[in-house]
Amino acid sequence: MNKPSGGKRVTADRVNAGLARRRAAEKRFRSVGLLSLLVGLAFLCILFFSIVSKGYTAFQQTFIQLDIHFDEQFFGTETEHALEALLSADYGGLIRKSLRAQFPDISNRQQLRQLYDLVSSGAVYQLRDRILADPGLANQRLKIWVPASDDADMLIKGHIKREVPETARRLSDAQIAWLDALEAEGRVSLKFNTAFFTNGDSREPELAGIRGALMGSILTLSVTLVLSFPIGVATAVYLEEFAVKNKWSDLIEVNINNLAAVPSIVFGLLGLAVFINIMNFPRSVPLVGGLVLTLMTLPTIIIASRAALRSVPPSIREAALGVGASKMQTVFFHVLPLALPGMLTGTIIGMAQALGETAPLLMIGMVAFIVDIPTGIFEPATVLPVQIFLWADSPERAFIERTSAAIMVLLGFLIAMNALAVMLRKKLERRW
Amino acid sequence: MQIFALLCILAVMAIASFYLGRQRALAVSGGNIPALNSLPGYYGYYMAFWCALPALCIVVFWLFFESSIVTKIVVSGLPDAAAALPKPQLDLVLNEIVNLAQKNTAAEQASPEIAAAAQHYSRIKTISGMTLFVLTITLGIGGAVFARSRIHVHQRARNKVEGTILVFLIVCSTIAIFTTLGIVLSVLFEAIRFFQMVPVTDFLLGLEWSPQTAIRPDQVGSSGAFGAVPLFSGTMLVSVIAMTVAVPVGLMTAIYLSEYASPSVRARSKPLLEILAGIPTVVYGFFAALTVAPLIRGWGESLGLSVSSESALAAGIVMGIMIIPFVSSLSDDAINAVPQSLRDGAYALGATQSETIKKVIIPAALPGIVGGILLAVSRAIGETMIVVMAAGLAANLTANPLESVTTVTVQIVTLLVGDQEFDSPKTLAAFALGMVLFAVTLALNVIALYIVRKYRERYE
Repeated sequence: MNKPSGGKRVTADRVNAGLARRRAAEKRFRSVGLLSLLVGLAFLCILFFSIVSKGYTAFQQTFIQLDIHFDEQFFGTETEHALEALLSADYGGLIRKSLRAQFPDISNRQQLRQLYDLVSSGAVYQLRDRILADPGLANQRLKIWVPASDDADMLIKGHIKREVPETARRLSDAQIAWLDALEAEGRVSLKFNTAFFTNGDSREPELAGIRGALMGSILTLSVTLVLSFPIGVATAVYLEEFAVKNKWSDLIEVNINNLAAVPSIVFGLLGLAVFINIMNFPRSVPLVGGLVLTLMTLPTIIIASRAALRSVPPSIREAALGVGASKMQTVFFHVLPLALPGMLTGTIIGMAQALGETAPLLMIGMVAFIVDIPTGIFEPATVLPVQIFLWADSPERAFIERTSAAIMVLLGFLIAMNALAVMLRKKLERRW
Repeated sequence: MQIFALLCILAVMAIASFYLGRQRALAVSGGNIPALNSLPGYYGYYMAFWCALPALCIVVFWLFFESSIVTKIVVSGLPDAAAALPKPQLDLVLNEIVNLAQKNTAAEQASPEIAAAAQHYSRIKTISGMTLFVLTITLGIGGAVFARSRIHVHQRARNKVEGTILVFLIVCSTIAIFTTLGIVLSVLFEAIRFFQMVPVTDFLLGLEWSPQTAIRPDQVGSSGAFGAVPLFSGTMLVSVIAMTVAVPVGLMTAIYLSEYASPSVRARSKPLLEILAGIPTVVYGFFAALTVAPLIRGWGESLGLSVSSESALAAGIVMGIMIIPFVSSLSDDAINAVPQSLRDGAYALGATQSETIKKVIIPAALPGIVGGILLAVSRAIGETMIVVMAAGLAANLTANPLESVTTVTVQIVTLLVGDQEFDSPKTLAAFALGMVLFAVTLALNVIALYIVRKYRERYE
């Protein structure tokens, strides 16, 4: 300030001299910011692209058309042993016979085995179910589409490359030639993969489906919802509306906040030690999974419900109390209905978290290989994320696309749930 | 299923009692409803509670203790030689009995003693089920009748009902405490048992981790080494890689979104970023193992580096991606909490926007940002599925991100998945690791919340 007037010009010059540099720095900083945002979004796109591009083919499955003759085994199916005869018939033989008829010039045993390997081992059950459903098919010739084996499927979908030397791929040159011959006859075709949605788990990729895991997820989440929603809402109501601010309520609050940040695997340890070891609950059942996930999602629901209760203006409470309602009546008849949309939103988000959770369920044994589709909460089951984990571990190439497809189904559910939550919030939540 | 049917019956009884109670109250009032102490419905609830709650308590008690009591009775009914068996064998025998009783195994293969015990078992089971049924129904009816007899004009039904509801609310709110207590006690007890077999110092300071214990006691070789340092270092390595990805990207995103972006860009890109946080970790694990890891391996090999197919780098990078929205939303909160007056002051002094951010806003928001980063670190440490699927199992003590490392969570999963007995140090080690994990993440959270709270007090 007390410098000579020339000094001021020097300052201004110095500021002007630095301006270009500072503006460049400003621009740089800004573009770095934009770049990081784009990086984050790019990761999202890459993730989705990689899952979808790997997985979309799994919604189709290669089928091979065979001429099946339900031959002399099925004569006399009207006798009293009909059902037994149908159940124990040699369906594999029928398929082999049909394949041999298709390629009459193969006689080498090893080659025949390779030929048989083109058809899925599940085709047998398909034939059996077909004739069980309609015994009138006995002694008829039918053209039946049976699923191809996973390797044939991978070739048709282009995941097994023909250029690769024979020793390095899972299909031999001969097998590829046969498939080409079948294809030329129009006997190979890609159809919608219904088995993926109707079957349980299987060691054979072409037979593996997500229905069992999906049922397991639904059962587990039902247990979680039935327990965590009432308990979470009750806790929130108590803490917001009734609790006197003291050491006890502080302790509960601190506990809830800390539980929200405890790693999920620790909840798995708790479940293993308490529910399975001490209480002797069976392993791998949705009941225990639901209990563990309940403890895990409770903090989310409680925190959201408390926020919802807090957003109800005090005037509502005062008005109710003013006309003579008891505290309990005020809360249950006036505050709670207004806070319910917010609570539901929080609950849906908590459920979405629970649906994607894997680690704690590994701890309580929901990783078993289970073929049957569970129907109750006391039956061994697995859940969708765990199924993804199991398939991701499988060596077969065909499981990669199935894993990706299962991920797409899981993400579809999650997106639907979150969209529902957003919609609920927009539609029902009132601004005061 | 039996229990389910019982609960249904109980529910029907409770609903019936509600109506009976209300009717009774109306009858008692003699048409003069205002003379009643409470609204008629409260008398209904009063009776319904009396009908359902005691019976429900019995059912819950039964559920928890039935199997152990039945087992005890069956064991006492076994021949002395069998009853004196050590626990594991006894469990096997019991399993056989239960399977036989439930007709999971064919009766012809079983020895006569087992068959007799199975019959004994199913008889006791039937008796127990019948007792429960009779007891529950009796208690339900008894409770309802008792409550009905107490209904009169001056009975304060509302206070009783509301008191019961309040008790329910309080019980629910204590579940959080019991959960924490349960976590602490369960990991602590098993960890103490582990430390009786393996000294604490060996566990915390040992450099060798190979938990495979010999199957037979006379087998040569590994008796298991439980030095957890390689696990801690592996966890640190993966977390550090994750934070190097997540902190710059997340922080700069938060700065851009809160200081530069137009409201519409902000409104659109924030939820998109939040999707990253909502994707299940098993999906990230799959992505890391099948997309990122081969990519890194390919790049490394083209540069002439040897990269493990389960490198720490792949797991760390993907974990970083997962944490980006976490860091960015917490930093966003912290930056938004900085008062506008600070920005205006900086602009008035001629600072450019970036200078304001770097010299004023970030320092002012620093405690909040640091708190957020600490929370993110605790997330990274506790993250399981990504490392289970993309990081390795070999406990290497290395700082090279291209090598395979293992983490605490990976070891917990590998030690506990599958069948296990609860007296081998191998399984108990998982609980000791769980205890360390719980303690570390808890400490990080407490510190982070403390920093955040302290900072908030300064501006509000």
